[in-house]
Amino acid sequence: MDTTLSAEDLAFREEVRAFLTETFTDELKARLDDKATYKDAQIEWQRKLNDKGWVAPNWPTQYGGAGWTPTQNYIYENERSLVGAPDTIPFGLSMVAPVIYGFGSEEQKQKFLPRILNSDDWWCQGYSEPGSGSDLASLKTKAELDGDDYVVNGAKIWTTYAQYADWIFCLVRTDSSGKNQDGITFLLIDMKSPGIKVNPIIGIDNRHTLNEVEFNNVRVPVANRIGEQDKGWTYAKALLQHERTAIAGVAESKRQIRELKSAAAEILSGGKAIIEDPAFRKNLTDIEVELMALEYTELRVLAATASGSAPGAESSLLKIKGTEIQQSIQKMWMDLSGYHMGAQALQGEADLSGHDFANEARISYMYGRAATVYGGSNEVQKNIISKFVLGL
Amino acid sequence: MNFSFTEEQNMLRDSISKFVQDQYEFTTREKLAKSDAGFSAENWQTFAELGWLSVPFTEEQGGFGGGVADNVVVMEELGKGLVLEPYLATVLLFGGLLRDGGTAAQQENLIPAIIGGELQGAVAFAEKQSRFDLNNVETTAQSSGDGFVINGEKSVVINGAAADKLIVAARTSGESISDSGVSLFVVDASAAGVTKTPFRMMDGQMVANVAFKDVTVAAADLVGEQDQGVALLQKVVQEATVAVGAEAVGIMDKLKNTTVEYTKTREQFGVAIGKFQALQHRMVEMFMACEQTRSLLYRAVCSVAEGKPEAAQDVLALKVMVGRAGKLVGDEAFQIHGGIGMTDELDVGHYVKRLMMINVLFGDADYSQQKFADLSLAG
Repeated sequence: MDTTLSAEDLAFREEVRAFLTETFTDELKARLDDKATYKDAQIEWQRKLNDKGWVAPNWPTQYGGAGWTPTQNYIYENERSLVGAPDTIPFGLSMVAPVIYGFGSEEQKQKFLPRILNSDDWWCQGYSEPGSGSDLASLKTKAELDGDDYVVNGAKIWTTYAQYADWIFCLVRTDSSGKNQDGITFLLIDMKSPGIKVNPIIGIDNRHTLNEVEFNNVRVPVANRIGEQDKGWTYAKALLQHERTAIAGVAESKRQIRELKSAAAEILSGGKAIIEDPAFRKNLTDIEVELMALEYTELRVLAATASGSAPGAESSLLKIKGTEIQQSIQKMWMDLSGYHMGAQALQGEADLSGHDFANEARISYMYGRAATVYGGSNEVQKNIISKFVLGL
Repeated sequence: MNFSFTEEQNMLRDSISKFVQDQYEFTTREKLAKSDAGFSAENWQTFAELGWLSVPFTEEQGGFGGGVADNVVVMEELGKGLVLEPYLATVLLFGGLLRDGGTAAQQENLIPAIIGGELQGAVAFAEKQSRFDLNNVETTAQSSGDGFVINGEKSVVINGAAADKLIVAARTSGESISDSGVSLFVVDASAAGVTKTPFRMMDGQMVANVAFKDVTVAAADLVGEQDQGVALLQKVVQEATVAVGAEAVGIMDKLKNTTVEYTKTREQFGVAIGKFQALQHRMVEMFMACEQTRSLLYRAVCSVAEGKPEAAQDVLALKVMVGRAGKLVGDEAFQIHGGIGMTDELDVGHYVKRLMMINVLFGDADYSQQKFADLSLAG
């Protein structure tokens, strides 16, 4: 039972601080915040991390991982959250990469992993379908073998940032004779392939983040299949556990709590700062206590999986609590906005929304409704814990 | 970053766990809980022989030299068995004050007797009006000759009924609510002018209200510095708060496991009720409450043991969670057990009652959350 930082850990923390000061500049931050420049800025940020060898802390070192200990991971996340530097986009680095280095061929590893590390390819995730949400295994997008290619037909939906993506990793059906979980194959598909069409979906946040991706006779080389045909569900499950761990978002929520406190110290209600209001104090500290607990739950999971094994069903706990906390924080921001709640400011018109946060609060709150649904809805996570942890 | 226990701590855990399994069956426990003393003197001797009573004392004091993590191991296992013997009161509170603030003579005279199982102690801090404030003390200790004369009444003194000696918080100066001016004294429970009124709490423990009428003590009976008793109390209470947090975690895990197992065997509508999703999701909430509380327990253990500046805040967060998550686990255990959960015969109600008592101890969730907010939201 020990969390003291060793001399190496302290030196590492200094290194992280120096790196962030040097690379996470105000200029970069401004470009990240602007919708028009976001994608290039995010890629630039990830490349800076890659140059430092830090873009994929959780990968095995042989593939370019940083080889961080859980403590180093924790230090980095804390420091990153303190300056508000963004997380990496998970689809390539945290989701498909573990599947490729875990189950892919040597050729696939050599082809894709360096490009993921350098953010050369933007990946998106082809899991959900119009008819398959929480019941993911019921998916119907079909792939039929024709010579050296699969021919893919069907549609994927809720595909985040498909409009930016160079590649999509997909679960497709190659056999429908047995159980739903059998007969699923994991394919890597080039988004430039003929027959792919991306249809934007405008969200309740009024932004274009989500998409539907149609596949009409899309030819995918067999060489882009992960592992064996019909065994894709096994690979997908491993990926989902990584995804759930990643979306706990502890560092970001810690930053949000700090910012909520400073905003609440500035805004007056009844002549007093809102931070003095008993209801506000109760609501905020309810979240803070849960978050302090979740931070250590995550550390416990990380410490237990430091050997490199994939996290198990406990990652479902991180997902449930992490997303509940995120949504509670979003509610706090909406409450703080007062009459400006709901303001739909245009870029650079923050003054229209009264506070510089009201517009962002609206977007985060609205888009944030997705968090308890994506990555397997929180109810599905409860089913997983119930079955695999409680044995029910 | 390491959240595992040492070999030595695991051996300690195993030895307590074995005792609980072999000698602390629920029916045996119930007989003890209803007995006059409320616990077994024989068990207490066993604790002494097995070395458990020595855990938090330094090696120079004849102890095991354990820290917060060792207390946590002991208390979590005692919690699982709903053990009634007054480990918290005698060893952690009374013993803790002597260890941290006792004079050389007090330590030499009293600590070996605690370790040997010959001395029962209690700390009389609360008063009728004090609620959870350690600095709200109206009992007075007037300087007289080279000693003091104590007058006042202490409330709900844990282990007050059995205690041979008490450490009492009394005001030697200052306003009735202030940190400064409270002093701690060792008082013999049989001293002239000490009157105990014992009573039983719903978790089976025997407590007492203790009245002091012109009770004389010597200057040598002062524990810690005169007027500085609140700080010393706070330190020992902080460590004890982590310890009861561990007891709560032990109880919550036990309630969660008992409930899950019950739903695997109890059938309604032709199936085990554990097959119903409505109940499964409630039990997942219990599981998450247990894990989140354990996480704050480990967080508090590390920050207290390592003397981190955020230790006070971490301990308060733990206490908030113990109250809130404990309530959830207790309520769900009742609800999911249905009618049988209402019976005194089943252990569930007894675990829940102890959890409720732990919530109140050293400040309940609401009180702790306000203190937490004062620290967390300060500029």
